Amino acid sequence: MKAFFSDSKQALKVTLLMFVLCGLLYPFAVTGMAQVLFNHEANGSLIEMDGKMIGSDKLGQAFTSPEFFWGRVSAINYNVYTKEDLVPNAKGETNYNGVSSGTFNYAPSNPELKKRMEADIETFLKANPGVQREQIPADLVTASGSGLDPHISVESAKIQIKRIAQASGLSEDEVNDIVKANTDSRTFNVFGEDKVNVLSANLDIYKKMKGK
Amino acid sequence: METVTKKSFINRDIMKSSILGAFKKLNPLYMIKNPVMFVVEVGFVFVVLLTIFPNMMGDVTEESARLYNAIVAFILFITILFANFAESIAEGRGKAQVQSLKKTKTVTEACVLLADGTQVKKQADELKKGDIVLVQAGEVIPNDGEVIDGIATVDESAITGESAPVVKERGGDFSSVTGGTTVTSDWLEIEITSLPGESFLDKMIALIEGASRKKTPNEIALNTLLVSLTIIFLLVVVTLYPMTTYLQVHIPIATLVALIVCLIPTTIGGLLSAIGIAGMDRVTQFNVIAMSGKAVESCGDVDTLILDKTGTITYGNRFASEFLPIQGVGKKELIRAAWLSSLTDDTPEGKSILALASQLDVDSTDEKKIIDTSEHIAFSAYTRMSGLDMKDGTKIRKGAYDSIKNKSVNAGYEVPKDLESLVHQVSSLGGTPLVVMKNEKILGVIYLKDIVKPGLKERFEKLRSMGIKTIMCTGDNPLTAATIAKESGVDSFIAESKPEDKIKVIKDEQSQGKIVAMTGDGTNDAPALAQANVGLAMNSGTNAAKEAANMVDLDSNPTKIIEVVEIGKQLLMTRGALTTFSIANDVAKYFAIIPAMLMVAVPEMSALNIMQLNSPTSAIISALIFNAVIIPLLIPIAMRGVKYEPMSASKLLRRNLLVYGLGGIIAPFIGIKLIDLMSGPILNLMGL
Amino acid sequence: MWQIALVLVIYLPLVIVAGHYLYQVTMQQKTWLDPVMNRVDNIIYKFCGIKQVDMTGKQYVIALILSNAIMIFIGYLILRIQSTLFLNPNDIDNMEATLSFNTIISFMTNTNLQHYSGESGLSYLAQMLVITFMMFTSAATGYVACMAFCRRLVAKSDTIGNFFVDFVRVITRLLIPLSFIVALILVAQGSPQTLKGNETVHTIEGKMQDIALGPIASLESIKHIGTNGGGFNGANSSTPFENPTVISNIVEMLSMMLLPGACVVTFGLMVAKRRQKTLFGKQGLVIFAAMSILLLIGLVTCYIAESAGNPIINNLGISQDIGSMEGKEMRFGIPQSVLFTVVTTAFTTGSINNMHDSLTPLGGMVPMFNMMLNVVFGGKGVGLMNMMMYVMLTIFIACLMIGRTPQFLGKKIEEKEMKLIALCILIHPALILLFSALAVATTAGIAGITNPGAHGLSQVLYEYASSSANNGSGFEGLADNSPFWNMTTGFAMFFGRYLSIIIQLAIASLLAKKLWHSDSVGTLKTDNPMFTFLLIAIVLMIGALTFLPALALGPITEHLQIRS
Repeated sequence: MKAFFSDSKQALKVTLLMFVLCGLLYPFAVTGMAQVLFNHEANGSLIEMDGKMIGSDKLGQAFTSPEFFWGRVSAINYNVYTKEDLVPNAKGETNYNGVSSGTFNYAPSNPELKKRMEADIETFLKANPGVQREQIPADLVTASGSGLDPHISVESAKIQIKRIAQASGLSEDEVNDIVKANTDSRTFNVFGEDKVNVLSANLDIYKKMKGK
Repeated sequence: METVTKKSFINRDIMKSSILGAFKKLNPLYMIKNPVMFVVEVGFVFVVLLTIFPNMMGDVTEESARLYNAIVAFILFITILFANFAESIAEGRGKAQVQSLKKTKTVTEACVLLADGTQVKKQADELKKGDIVLVQAGEVIPNDGEVIDGIATVDESAITGESAPVVKERGGDFSSVTGGTTVTSDWLEIEITSLPGESFLDKMIALIEGASRKKTPNEIALNTLLVSLTIIFLLVVVTLYPMTTYLQVHIPIATLVALIVCLIPTTIGGLLSAIGIAGMDRVTQFNVIAMSGKAVESCGDVDTLILDKTGTITYGNRFASEFLPIQGVGKKELIRAAWLSSLTDDTPEGKSILALASQLDVDSTDEKKIIDTSEHIAFSAYTRMSGLDMKDGTKIRKGAYDSIKNKSVNAGYEVPKDLESLVHQVSSLGGTPLVVMKNEKILGVIYLKDIVKPGLKERFEKLRSMGIKTIMCTGDNPLTAATIAKESGVDSFIAESKPEDKIKVIKDEQSQGKIVAMTGDGTNDAPALAQANVGLAMNSGTNAAKEAANMVDLDSNPTKIIEVVEIGKQLLMTRGALTTFSIANDVAKYFAIIPAMLMVAVPEMSALNIMQLNSPTSAIISALIFNAVIIPLLIPIAMRGVKYEPMSASKLLRRNLLVYGLGGIIAPFIGIKLIDLMSGPILNLMGL
Repeated sequence: MWQIALVLVIYLPLVIVAGHYLYQVTMQQKTWLDPVMNRVDNIIYKFCGIKQVDMTGKQYVIALILSNAIMIFIGYLILRIQSTLFLNPNDIDNMEATLSFNTIISFMTNTNLQHYSGESGLSYLAQMLVITFMMFTSAATGYVACMAFCRRLVAKSDTIGNFFVDFVRVITRLLIPLSFIVALILVAQGSPQTLKGNETVHTIEGKMQDIALGPIASLESIKHIGTNGGGFNGANSSTPFENPTVISNIVEMLSMMLLPGACVVTFGLMVAKRRQKTLFGKQGLVIFAAMSILLLIGLVTCYIAESAGNPIINNLGISQDIGSMEGKEMRFGIPQSVLFTVVTTAFTTGSINNMHDSLTPLGGMVPMFNMMLNVVFGGKGVGLMNMMMYVMLTIFIACLMIGRTPQFLGKKIEEKEMKLIALCILIHPALILLFSALAVATTAGIAGITNPGAHGLSQVLYEYASSSANNGSGFEGLADNSPFWNMTTGFAMFFGRYLSIIIQLAIASLLAKKLWHSDSVGTLKTDNPMFTFLLIAIVLMIGALTFLPALALGPITEHLQIRS
């Protein structure tokens, strides 16, 4: 019994000490170091344009205009919303429920998956006349895991060039150059995939269009 | 030995009683001792109920449900019978042996000699320890004891199976007698050494009968494993039911029961106790009585064998082959002294000295008188010499070189110069030198020849490959010991060892984490026998030795320890092999049953029907039949034990894995397919 | 495929170095951190009143349970009152009772099953004081339990080591320094590390986007190093802030593989210590090889399944040259996603960089299977202990086959040990199967299932496999934040963790007290390839066959159905 009491006392004290050490000192120390060494990254790699924050390097954004590259399907619409989305409907539900992450979690066999993809394929084909169903790469009509995927495959970018060129008034070559400029190839030529950062590519388009 | 292994393990009588036993054992109270088979029995009862009331667990629409349930129930019933049958056979073989033993226990009366010399008749079971009985020719010795007077031939065939009678006399190696053996000539006065009902024969009967058969530690551990596997598979199938219900996949209850029975380790579960009984039985058939199953199991683990040179490695009866006098002593004088020294010596060596001396025309005057008037000085492990003190004060001694030398030097004599070279000469030939001295004066050396048993070298070689080290213990001098050691091929030896040296060697080995086995017969050996993990006492040995040991060899053949070790290993191997086989079987059974079970609801499952079985029903029935039939098919292996040849552990493992592991995976694929080919059409005809 | 191989090649030297360091920490040998850490440790010992005396196995377990109980109690309180405490810039509410129970058990048992969403469910204080804290302490608990276990296997006495000393040493000499370094690497790759609240930005299309920030990197590093797996964000390591680049992906994978693997190396060194200095004890290598082979089997299966894509999508006419991308991130692609999936379930971390619910049926069966086996490296420490149960089982059967009574490292395995081993092996399938059966048999359970047909059963199986194996990943579609799911998974996690640890340490104590027997050519070699093979066979026979019927109903049926 005495040993039990002594154990409990030690256990309690160790617990309290570890609260301070692991729960407070450690994260604070990392925060301090990170803020000094990697200030930009530690604060979310935010992109500033004309004095305003317009997004993060690391996160994708939902784009719907024909002159911009469209990203992957997101179950949470990349946490992007308009004022109207915050207005509750008759049932008190809003289109946007606050910041989150995630996906649809459809099983491969789930009929909902097929339904959603059919609809997305139709929309895409309508917006991109001349593109064949078979040309659509899988990543463009499947949902990302996080709902915040900033990338699409190079092929997915390429099949959008024609539409973007038409809608933005840029030449296809110019858009092609933008794709090339924003393509991250595999790290060390081995790891990961070749991919295009949608937001930075669209920023380039935006800047080019403004410049014209 | 040959006859033992070739003997068929079953005969008509055993068969009959076993079949009867198989039914008797259906009693659930008995079955519950074997949880694996008990589960099968419960499943059987359940399916029987389903046969009678097909709608017991919800409505069943199929018309054939009742028939299907009946077939499943029948196969389950057969499965249980097969398992019980295996156990009964194992027990039956023991019982046959008990029958013959019990016949020998027919003695009812004994003639007790009271202290005043009067004779009283007493019931055999009233005899107490210490009673002295007189047994005449033709009578049966009532209980275990020591001969204190008389000389007689005794027929021990009841115990040893050896029909040639043995001479029993007071003193020496042949003084202990066993209750139940018959005196065939002359008479013996015997001091009873055990209580009624506790005689050697009683213990033996109890052991074989299985009345005192306790599950061995390893058997219990294995049983635990089997029970937990059973629980796991019970869980698997029980939880499968709600899952299939959720997915609206309908599976008949009988099929689920069949799945349970196929998956739980019924093969080993049904044969486990038979293996244990049969293992003990094999030891018994070698005329070795193991006091417990644990002792037999420990045999499998033996790392070090401590063997007496005499009797085990060599024939033990060392024969005098030459008298070698030292310079200045006449050969005649030496022979006479040697002859005198052995007159009262009843050891084989002594007798061989007398024989050799007679051959060489010894001066044998006054033989009778000397024997009567002299005092015999017995050999002891401490003095290591023997001889006699004659009435005229002459002291004749023969014994080990250094003891005699010391005694002679202490008495003021000088050691003869050529003595050492004579001793050396004898030792280097592997013989034993006995130095003879008369009144402390050394006369010469008797050359005792020692003969190594043939075939031992190969056996020790095999033992080495099994990782078993052999140590030879001998009272001989180092030189003799080394020669014999080399000739016989033991790994090491202890020369000039005293009884306490044996204990020391055993303790040393044990402290290095070794399991030690030894054989012994003398009272001196008792502590060492008790200290050793496996102690094999000779039946001819003293009762003290037999008490201390955990095994007794009725044939008093010390070399047998090697066979016993092999039987121990074989027993464990048989368990391991059949367990592996049983578990490996599950793979094929899964491939037979799972697709079959789900095919009705999920037609795509037919892709997994890799055995191309006739129909779902046929697949399940075939797997179940295979599961039942494999038990009797494996009974011979369970009874005889898996084949064992001494080899290294790695090789052995590879071989057994190949045979019982891989075999266990493949065999049911073939078996189930074959049964399906036969049963498929029949089931079709029955409309299933 | 090359990139997968390359990651595994990088892993090998790292795990050996880590194993040696772990060995030094455990066996109280000199380490290069001693000059600083000895002082820190001494201050801690003094403050906590830790007397550095050796404990018996029983005392050790009691101390372990006691300290965990206290942590659970305090942690629960914080979750229930987090809204009233400081460091809550995003105004998060208190957590509901059953969800708090589930969360606290989940983190204390190193499971990190998350029935809440981090962005909206926890204050920064709770993230640090409960989540990050428990990530350290639960990992340390598992590790010290394992080392106490291993030390007893190789020792000849049951009185070794002090729980509190081991616990402190592991945190100060291993977890904190390593986490610190990894956290900074992750920040450099783009993981935020700030105490500021969320940011709202204005997009070039004239809309708004909320960006969830926070002290992510510091949590992310210990989450992987301690094989915890609970994410800062709901979508875990698939979100770009938790796992911004391929480099961070590889760093995270190596982080979670490092210590479970190192435990095996350490064990190998403990066994080999009696003989000589070695790079990788033979006994450890044998177990490591068995685990690696099981890992590779899963990896290859999963890779093939995912690369082949979903036949239903093929039927829509979409080209799946890059594989099945539903639920995956473009920056990782199939190879990095598959590797992460297999690693996180084998090493029972439970973080995810793609959505397992959307994996192809066979691809999803692999992570499920890893957790059902729970011995493919497994979580920090406990994975090795689980594997040791199978090692002993294998020895039991193999020893019999060579005609010896079972013996491991010179200790006989007898009835008592066998009972405990059997019980230990039984617990895991029992928890998974019984709870799964309960879930599909009750309306409260079925309410959580979101995918129709066979996949629904897979969701349930996955959830309980993940809970019982203390993994924490999920088929995330499952609507699991309900009292039924919170309570049942809570119990599965609790029993899966503590029953196993108690039983395993009891076995080690029993063996420690036993007589030691030597090895010879006649005894079973447990350190050769033959044994590796046998061990794998036994794991598959016992572990896999148990789940085969359930898997046949779930993923295998789904696989066959979408193919036809």
